[in-house]
Amino acid sequence: MAGALTATRSSISRSGQRALLRLLLASWSIALAAFSVPVHADPVYPELAGRVTDDAGLLTQAEKADIEKDLASLEATSTDQLAVVTVKSLQGYSIEDYGIGLARKWRIGQKGKDNGILLIVAPNDHKVRIEVGRRLEPFMTDTMAALIIQNAILPKFRRGDYADGIKDGVRDIKAVLLGDADEVKQRAAGARSPENDPTAMIHLVIFFLIVAFIIWVNYRNAQAMRSGVPGARRRPGGIVFIPGGSGGWGGSGGWSGGGDSGGGWSGGGGDFGGGGASGSW
Amino acid sequence: MIARPLIVRPIAFLAVIVAALSMAGCGINTIPSYEQQAKAAWSEVLNQYKRRSDLIPNLVETVKGFADQEKSVLTEVTKAREQTTNIQLPPDILTNPDAMKKFQDAQATLSGALGRLMAVVERYPDIKSGQNFLALQSELAGTENRIAIARRDYIKAVQAYNTEITTFPGRLWKMALYPQAKEMATFDITPEEQKVPKVDFSKP
Repeated sequence: MAGALTATRSSISRSGQRALLRLLLASWSIALAAFSVPVHADPVYPELAGRVTDDAGLLTQAEKADIEKDLASLEATSTDQLAVVTVKSLQGYSIEDYGIGLARKWRIGQKGKDNGILLIVAPNDHKVRIEVGRRLEPFMTDTMAALIIQNAILPKFRRGDYADGIKDGVRDIKAVLLGDADEVKQRAAGARSPENDPTAMIHLVIFFLIVAFIIWVNYRNAQAMRSGVPGARRRPGGIVFIPGGSGGWGGSGGWSGGGDSGGGWSGGGGDFGGGGASGSW
Repeated sequence: MIARPLIVRPIAFLAVIVAALSMAGCGINTIPSYEQQAKAAWSEVLNQYKRRSDLIPNLVETVKGFADQEKSVLTEVTKAREQTTNIQLPPDILTNPDAMKKFQDAQATLSGALGRLMAVVERYPDIKSGQNFLALQSELAGTENRIAIARRDYIKAVQAYNTEITTFPGRLWKMALYPQAKEMATFDITPEEQKVPKVDFSKP
């Protein structure tokens, strides 16, 4: 025991680097097993139940279906995802804090396009908020969101007419998003997703050129060695090509948000940065 | 002489790939990627502060109609804004708590001055209900919200990074490969900052 200890100690002093390497090797398995879960003090959010999540029970089935149809037609036209949620309680959080938390949990909007909008109604807290996805911020500005809340939504809410307030809010949000057809199209086409990355083709061509070059070098070497041309370089093989220079391991796919939702509809990984406006009545 | 590398090479090649993959899984990349995340979060913070700073000249223009005794709040805002734009951010600001504190203090002063300006506007119904002011007010409210979120994201990113370089496997990676990695400075939220101007739309 003591002998083993001194042996280890001397090996450390002899070659600290090797000991470190061994320590790293040993830590690999532990590191893979140990998984620290961060603790969040977040409020409890409702599960995404489709384009309209009526947790507070403000809408009848017919009204809900009506609004859902409206929201679906918006997505079909411009790919923007708009979702409506009514919540029973903000659980003591401000609607801004609650809104960003919920938006980032549901991830409405497509990944890379960040084109989701969330209309959040908290009837018991008398608060409403339009939470705007990052890349919609230039279109649905804070000012526009505030105008919609002040002019379309709040007057109805003050009368207790939630369904009409939500409908009018949705109508105006749609109007803003569809305001300029060209702009909307450009936005729909302008996603920075790999599928329509114009440089992807160039990358592919370069990749094939490199492969072709390697094959060609190998072929020439083989020819030279076989024909035994004097002066031809005799290399014991071709170039070793290591692939994956810029790939990056383990990219995440789209359509990650939501999980199992009632309508089979879920957010696609859109990001939110706090754009939008709130109102209260 | 020639045969040996031919046999060894594919094995070495495979070993490199396997090692790269397994090390990526065990955290060799964690420190640099956390560092990049924290830096990205920091640029978002700067971005949103800049956005606020850009709104102020227009805001001051809209509320020019203040009575003389209340003009001081305008000069206060303008001055505080100048201070935030004049501040030279050293390149190592993220690992320099003193510079970070100076930056924070300047921004907090501006937040306070803006809060007072918004309070004074309450006494001017005609300014308050003007279209220009309403637009600026909602942009400012949205920007304050974005600043709060950007700061929170930055704090979270720095926390992850600092934890990584000071706790178990990350600490070893730092020793072996990233000796230059330093703990980053974060914001401490002062109570004064907590009450950033919250623009309320409840009273039209």
